[in-house]
Amino acid sequence: MGPVKQRIANEDYVTINVGPSHPAMHGTLRAIAYVSGETVLGTDLEIGYLHRGVEKLGENLTYHQFIPITDRLNYCSAIANNVSYEMAVEKLMGLEVPEKAQLIRIIMTELSRIADHIVLVGILGVDLGAFTPFFYLFIQREEIYEIFEWYNGARLTNTFGRIGGVEAPLPEDFEERWSKLKKGLDKAIGETDKLLTHNRIWMDRTIGVTPISADDALNWGFTGPCLRACGVKRDLRKDEPYSLYHQFDFEIPTGKHGDVFDRYMVRMIEMRESVKIIDQAFAMYKELGPDEPLMAKVPKIIRPPEGEVYHAIESPNGELGFYIKSDGTDKPYRIKIRPPCYMIFQAFDELIQGEMISDLIACLSSLNIIAGELDR
Amino acid sequence: MALKDSVLKVLGKKALAFDETAGSLFVEVPKEHIVACLTLLKNELGFDFLSDLFGVDNSALYEKKKKKKKKKGEESEENGGSVQEEPVPPRFEVIYLLLNLETNQRLQVRIRVPENDLTVESATGLWKGANWPERECFDMFGIKFRGHPYLKRLLMWDEFPAHPLRKDYPLEGMGEERELVYEPEGEGHWT
Repeated sequence: MGPVKQRIANEDYVTINVGPSHPAMHGTLRAIAYVSGETVLGTDLEIGYLHRGVEKLGENLTYHQFIPITDRLNYCSAIANNVSYEMAVEKLMGLEVPEKAQLIRIIMTELSRIADHIVLVGILGVDLGAFTPFFYLFIQREEIYEIFEWYNGARLTNTFGRIGGVEAPLPEDFEERWSKLKKGLDKAIGETDKLLTHNRIWMDRTIGVTPISADDALNWGFTGPCLRACGVKRDLRKDEPYSLYHQFDFEIPTGKHGDVFDRYMVRMIEMRESVKIIDQAFAMYKELGPDEPLMAKVPKIIRPPEGEVYHAIESPNGELGFYIKSDGTDKPYRIKIRPPCYMIFQAFDELIQGEMISDLIACLSSLNIIAGELDR
Repeated sequence: MALKDSVLKVLGKKALAFDETAGSLFVEVPKEHIVACLTLLKNELGFDFLSDLFGVDNSALYEKKKKKKKKKGEESEENGGSVQEEPVPPRFEVIYLLLNLETNQRLQVRIRVPENDLTVESATGLWKGANWPERECFDMFGIKFRGHPYLKRLLMWDEFPAHPLRKDYPLEGMGEERELVYEPEGEGHWT
């Protein structure tokens, strides 16, 4: 008997099985909720339905061959995974990535951050019965995916970048596309803000729902927007600046109570901050000449020296880290992925205790659990 | 490096070895004292955030090194040298990724776990977030965490017979199939 069942052994409850294939579950997650009336007493979580053995696969593929596999982790923001993995290998090999390539990476990562947050806000709305913002936002997400497609041919699983740099410069009419997208994004975020933020129903459904204190969140290993919603000002882009992030001017939004509303609000503000970063990065990009290098000097077959390294970046969901151990051959000896939502999801039982069953879905949506990343 | 010195000062003799690659500092501590060491690091040095913990199976690495040595040994034997058999180092490692939220320093703590004694003290008393990583480590490597509230397989199903991230487990699997036995409380967990 698990600890959750032991805790509620003396209570009178009904078991409700949510998932693994349920329209409101994000991917194949399964939560077994024990409810008394409409109040959730506890939940047992079962994960692993999407376990594909990514880490084992990584041990049997070369360093380059593993990049497409990282797309399949967090498929809402594949580029952030690619960049995180590439940066870990570069750190292991001691490669210096040229400035132009770093700027392209930053622009693409921030675009994928916006796309990821759009998915969250849109789906959170749909899960709570607000369907319209979903359309306003997803039109802009489509536009972002067009840019990705037009940069490297893929929409969802981008396989962006190479170890040591990126494959191509930004296409020539990026500026035109970006200024169009920026206007559209501004409008869509503004409209969503007007539709949701001060909406009486939305506020009732989200404010004060499944709050968590900052100390608890840190103890559970929360990172990213969910941690910032608790009032902890922590962002790897500012705290452990990697790439060129120390040169940009942007704000880190924080919440207060760590409830669903704060998680939503932090992401809404972050989208606007990402727009600011892309503007600054593109201005820097324009100053560089067309002949600037895009790749560091990388041998054809990558054989990092023996050693082990851990490198993390701020992905849309939080700290996404890769631990790579090399034994000097062309295949990694061990790869460990630290997915952000894995640490967040384990606190789910504590978050949901004493809340209503309909808040279970709201809470799950606001945490942004992606099964591909969770199960690896 | 300043971090290395302060870790050495706090842990004293418990710090067995240090190694560093590309700015990532790893400190090795004895397996028996892992929770004591983590508590010291958390309280004295402010490493109050556990990023992750995971296992590593080093058996293939040792095998490779042994072969290399044998080759070298054969060469030297021709020249009149002799090969000395070294004791095999412990097979598994567990690595704890710690983070200091004030100074943003990272420290990696390593313990070595021999195959004949797979029990490690659980860190769930220090960080609640150690819960799932320890379950995953048990699932993938068979390392048992003493004091864990519910040590049960996390990603594989309960009746799964092997530990898939061990190096002797083949990539294509061993043809396990899940038998759907309806048993609400499986026997698959270790207590």
